[in-house]
Amino acid sequence: MNQYDAIVIGAGHNGLTNGAYLAKAGLKVAVLERNPYIGGATVSRELHKGWYYSNCSYVASLLRPEITRDLELPRHGLQVVPFGGGATFMRNGDHLGAYSDHDRHYREIARHSKRDANAYDRYAADTARQTKLIRPYLLKTAPDPTSLKPRDLRDLLEFAKSFTSMGEEGLLDTIKFWTASVGDYLNEYFETDVLKAHLAGSGIIGTALGVYSPGTAYVLLHHYMGDVDGNVGAWGFARGGMGAIADALSKSFQSFGGEIICDANVDEIIVRDGQAKGVALKDGTEYHADIVVSNLDPKRTFLDITNPKDLPEDVLHKARNFKIRGSSGKLNIALDGLPVFDGLDPRSRLMAGDLHFSDSLERQERAYDDWKNGTWSKDPYLDMMIPSLTDPTMAPPGKHMMSVFVQYAPPKVEGRDWTDEDKDGFEKSVIDQIANYSPNFKDLILHCETRTPREIEAEVGLTEGNIFMGELTFDQLLFNRPFPGYAQYRGPIKGMYMCSSGTHPGGGVMAAPGANAAREILMDLKRPNTVPGGYADD
Amino acid sequence: MTDYDAIIIGAGHNGLICGAYLAKAGKRVLVVDGREQPGGCASTRELAPGFRLSDCAQWLQQFDDTIVRDLDLKSAGLKLGAGKRTIALQAGGDHLTLDGDLLRGAGIGTKDQVNFQSFRQQIDVFSKLMLKLYRNRAPKLVDADWSDRMTLMKLGLGLKLMGKENMQDLMRIALINIYDVMNENFDHEGLKAALALDAITGTNMGPRSPNTVYTYLHRAMGGPLQAGGVAQVMGGMGALGEALQAAAERCGAKVQLGCAVEKIVKEGDRVTGVSLADGSALTAKVVISSADPTTTFRDLLGYEHLETGMARRVAQYRTRSGTAKLHLALSGLPAFTGLDAKALSQRLVIAPTMDAIESAFNPMKYAECGPSQVFDISIPSVEDSSLAPEGQHVLTALVHYLPYAPDGGWEAHRQATLDNLMRQLEAYAPGLGGQVVASELLVPPDLEAAYGMAGGNWHHGELSIDQALMMRPFPGSTQYRTAVEGLYLCGAGAHPGGSLMGLPGRNAAQEISKQGVLA
Repeated sequence: MNQYDAIVIGAGHNGLTNGAYLAKAGLKVAVLERNPYIGGATVSRELHKGWYYSNCSYVASLLRPEITRDLELPRHGLQVVPFGGGATFMRNGDHLGAYSDHDRHYREIARHSKRDANAYDRYAADTARQTKLIRPYLLKTAPDPTSLKPRDLRDLLEFAKSFTSMGEEGLLDTIKFWTASVGDYLNEYFETDVLKAHLAGSGIIGTALGVYSPGTAYVLLHHYMGDVDGNVGAWGFARGGMGAIADALSKSFQSFGGEIICDANVDEIIVRDGQAKGVALKDGTEYHADIVVSNLDPKRTFLDITNPKDLPEDVLHKARNFKIRGSSGKLNIALDGLPVFDGLDPRSRLMAGDLHFSDSLERQERAYDDWKNGTWSKDPYLDMMIPSLTDPTMAPPGKHMMSVFVQYAPPKVEGRDWTDEDKDGFEKSVIDQIANYSPNFKDLILHCETRTPREIEAEVGLTEGNIFMGELTFDQLLFNRPFPGYAQYRGPIKGMYMCSSGTHPGGGVMAAPGANAAREILMDLKRPNTVPGGYADD
Repeated sequence: MTDYDAIIIGAGHNGLICGAYLAKAGKRVLVVDGREQPGGCASTRELAPGFRLSDCAQWLQQFDDTIVRDLDLKSAGLKLGAGKRTIALQAGGDHLTLDGDLLRGAGIGTKDQVNFQSFRQQIDVFSKLMLKLYRNRAPKLVDADWSDRMTLMKLGLGLKLMGKENMQDLMRIALINIYDVMNENFDHEGLKAALALDAITGTNMGPRSPNTVYTYLHRAMGGPLQAGGVAQVMGGMGALGEALQAAAERCGAKVQLGCAVEKIVKEGDRVTGVSLADGSALTAKVVISSADPTTTFRDLLGYEHLETGMARRVAQYRTRSGTAKLHLALSGLPAFTGLDAKALSQRLVIAPTMDAIESAFNPMKYAECGPSQVFDISIPSVEDSSLAPEGQHVLTALVHYLPYAPDGGWEAHRQATLDNLMRQLEAYAPGLGGQVVASELLVPPDLEAAYGMAGGNWHHGELSIDQALMMRPFPGSTQYRTAVEGLYLCGAGAHPGGSLMGLPGRNAAQEISKQGVLA
């Protein structure tokens, strides 16, 4: 009873993926979930009758296609519907539209600047090159440069080879891309404020940095390296909301004999003689296994559910210093009808994509200054979309569901915890921002579900509400994620593993950390590997 | 037969050092500069009759000791003051003193004291490794030849030898911001800010900007003075320029001042010489520019002589800076609250917290003059009485951050900004305003005009990772050799970058000699 081969803590997409691969290899696996529902931040919830909210994460692209196919997610009900379009509205009443048709897009940029329209292809090609470079490493464990193990040396060598094959200047351009600010990177191509602002948003989403902060060009990449149906860089909606991904993963997991236990709030990982032995829940129940995999973020993993006496001092120190600052918020809104936006035909295809309201890098950077000053942005950067235009199952007929991602919201307001008044103020600044460009928007609001970092942390368990489970800065990427020396999914305790977005390759609904961790666990158990490696990009 | 083997544009410290090394190797060298004084940013100027001060650079910190020895600068007249403590002024008057490994005052705790020592030890290990990289040309990574491979191997070995923990730490923090590293190590806000100030000096970044750990390490790079912190040059920083000129001439180089280079002359595919402001034209086997890359390629050579890809690199090279200089001539010794007169010879910094530095940084991003700034202050006349009339003093301060081009132009803001800076200083030194005999504010465009540095950036281009090391100043023109045949770089725009360090000049001379183009 309650004896398993492996226990995974947290039924988010990575926990389920990890469990699925372990179960597929023949292990008896249980995934424990604190909430009465699964999915973590990959969830659809009916919080207003008839409306399904993708409560946290809201678009799909990064989910590794290798995993989708290997775990047969489409057979288990997952359908990702690509969407196109999008626009950035400008203060002067104009907008910049994003068209999926190349020539139409060229004409749209040329309407703002001929020079930028010509530069765009060069930008797209350069960025695609960086994307192709990184994609093969998503489904691989990051080699440890301080290690002399043959495996690390071999992987490092291979890594170095793929870099040197770009040639000296290509390599230097890559280093530039990895270290520059998204603002500087875009300045090298474009002159139009609105185009730069339109593109720069992807460099700051989920990040406690501004568009002028070095290192943000890389974050941009994090939003370009996914694909939908093989179209690299494309984004889609999971039909039925992001919960459809978790549902498909859970069905796949269960088809291999895995067991999901909800309302199971883990209190502590049980350790005996330096070996993980299972977990004890807050209600006293115990589940036993020699493999315990934490899908919680590194702070919660080491500071909440592990007894400090079981951990080396350096790990506690590293966990305390782990950077996981909240920087984002979310509004999910039930609408009585379709809002109209200044200057945009409501029948336009652009309506189905991401709509933004910051028309310059300066406005985006000022939004970041607000965050640094410990308050939510008064002129926030919004990534707003109406998924029900693409997937009508999200709302009753004729009604709509709106998802608004907000950058920035601080983890604490002026050094203290969020209050309900703060939350109202935050909500108001977001709604006003949209209403500035949409005259009928406020009248259409039936219900608004607001998530500040406080709510995200309470609901999903992401410390400080950080959507990537740890910032994507260089001190926390690749062989440094989550900490140097522990970046290969193994914890400091025998039998303890990590599979969350706090490990390589990081956040976004990718499922790669869960899969990579499973591969390492199976390697330690000397079992045949069930986890696919990366596909080659053509 | 060319007029010279090498013509060096600019008699700044790097130009003179490069010229001295080449002349020492027996080459016919001309160093030519439009300014009347040698030294470029290492410059002394008379602010008011009898009041002289270091106009641009005010501290010597990273100057490489191999250059002091190789060129025997001591006998050429270089005299350094004593190593200085850093006193971080605190609002209450209980100031924090950073004295080598020791911290005193301002209620500093034992934990910070202990952590400070281990932090310094670690930075010392890191900077020793970086010095290996700094004292060589930055290696190419793909097209590496045996010399680049040697450097890379030395680096790799050095990384391994520093121990797993240090290696992990370096690879973790090298690309991030000083703000987080300070918070990891220390509790005392004043201490964190005083150290973070070193990371942002001369940059276009705030403490929270990733990349500032790198700029901190750059400043921590030690020459002879590292243990003692910073020092002033006796006679003002211009004395360094004079000593370098003397050393270069002693080696056989010709130094021609007061005659600017108008154009770099390119004939066919290669650079053949320069034309000067007096109308003369000189030929040389190579032209070596110690001017910044923007000035060199855009102004002196001209875009018409560059192929498109390179022209784009030149245009994209970033040269923003938020550092200004404040000069004061004072009728007497200023009185800083809580500081005795003897301590005034030390380095005084006003940067209460890292957030205060960040707040000073924010408005500059939008070309605004913010309400408050941070200061790095020198009162050199306390140690060197030759700089001011008897009983009177000069004060010079680095001020961060002021924008390059505020709305309405600098003339609309200059007086208000100067008044505001004085108000901020008076909060620490009441009565300072009443002592002012003459004052002056040099904002980035002033520094640009006076010293020919694009953007007023004293690193000759931002010292961000994508413009540093093997990428400096930009791909295709690294290792001191540019994409234009016959044209070389030896200034701060070349590896390893700016501050009075001298390594770009020294490394360039060695590289150019090795390549045999002067034979």
